Amino acid sequence: MGHDHHHDHDDHSHLSQIELRVRALESILVEKGYVDPAAIDALVETYEVKVGPRNGAKVVAKAWADPAYREWLRTDATAAIASLGFIGRQGEHMVAVENTPDEHNMVVCTLCSCYPWPVLGLPPVWYKSAPYRSRAVLDPRAVLAEFGVHLPETTRIRVWDSTAEVRYLVIPMRPEGTEGMNEEALAELVTRDSMIGTGLARQPEAVR
Amino acid sequence: MNGAQDLGGMMGFGSIAIEHDEPWFHAEWERRAFGLTLAMGATGSWNIDMSRHARESLPPAEYLTSSYYEIWTKGVEKLVVAAGLVSGEELRLGQSLAEPAPIKRVVKAEEVPAVLARGGPAERPIEQPARFAVGDRVRTRNMHPQGHTRLPRYARGKTGVVELVHGAHVFPDANAHGQGEQPQWLYTICFPGRELWGEEADPTVSVSIDAWESYLEPA
Repeated sequence: MGHDHHHDHDDHSHLSQIELRVRALESILVEKGYVDPAAIDALVETYEVKVGPRNGAKVVAKAWADPAYREWLRTDATAAIASLGFIGRQGEHMVAVENTPDEHNMVVCTLCSCYPWPVLGLPPVWYKSAPYRSRAVLDPRAVLAEFGVHLPETTRIRVWDSTAEVRYLVIPMRPEGTEGMNEEALAELVTRDSMIGTGLARQPEAVR
Repeated sequence: MNGAQDLGGMMGFGSIAIEHDEPWFHAEWERRAFGLTLAMGATGSWNIDMSRHARESLPPAEYLTSSYYEIWTKGVEKLVVAAGLVSGEELRLGQSLAEPAPIKRVVKAEEVPAVLARGGPAERPIEQPARFAVGDRVRTRNMHPQGHTRLPRYARGKTGVVELVHGAHVFPDANAHGQGEQPQWLYTICFPGRELWGEEADPTVSVSIDAWESYLEPA
């Protein structure tokens, strides 16, 4: 029905402009010997398979369970986090900020997409996008509401705009009713968003 | 520069598009764009401040209508041309036309874990003492440089308090333009929301930035 189905069998006919553009760039850079395609595979695999918010959840769970570790996080987060094996790119200079009943911390990068890769992995699209970056500093309470987080009106909201190479990890509040839980079980309560500050830790009932 | 990257406080972008169970990449080309950007960064042909500047100097309309990995791709295209590694004609044609230029290093797959583990620490030794201490009141400069800066517009000419002193860090405003690292003391400066956004703003909100010493003067 007016649907002219002549495929021209051009290899590229199904590719978008940006797909073609990236493909061309890669082929030029590989042909010139500037990049090893296997290194690209290894980089992608690292962040798709090995690194992610489970790392940060271990940091948070340990901070909840171990007061000495929590104190170390307060005084030298980079070293405390490195002691669990989470080091390197985009986590070279770490600061941990703790939520309390009086103060809620939330992290943004208004200028680009700075994010603590070794503990959280790569950022979600919303974190890098204009709505979050524009509004997190101007109206964080409304932003939190969009994430389903409704704080008491008296809770102070503290926004950290990561404008340098310092990366911030939010330590969410430990939920009530988790006294007997070990670190492994506690880590299950720690979500990615709770470590950005756009969420809270899950209640223990939610994971049973 | 007052480019489209400086989004803090802008309006009209709508609600936040939260995606549940979001994949790490949304298409194969995003994987390649991500890996290419990191692999080229590891060649040492430019620094992180130069790559941020390449992205933010996209025309505002283009920046705001490009997805994040599109912005990265366009940034790498600009950087390889500026570094003399690829010509504009080669990019247009999508093929190599000339011999490769000399390059500092090429990262091999087996080197990737070590390269990532090393990262790019920004702290440097510095001789002069810090000008400010925790608790000091400071005012950010009202400045509008044509080049790269990490002082966002919403936080210019505002009074805040020094909350953390981080040591001396590479100064992006110089490093982005090949003027060397020129390390300066770096501070976290906390502002009341009302200082930034006026009397109508939520009194329970405060916002901090990380600011290099030359962004600040005593208040």
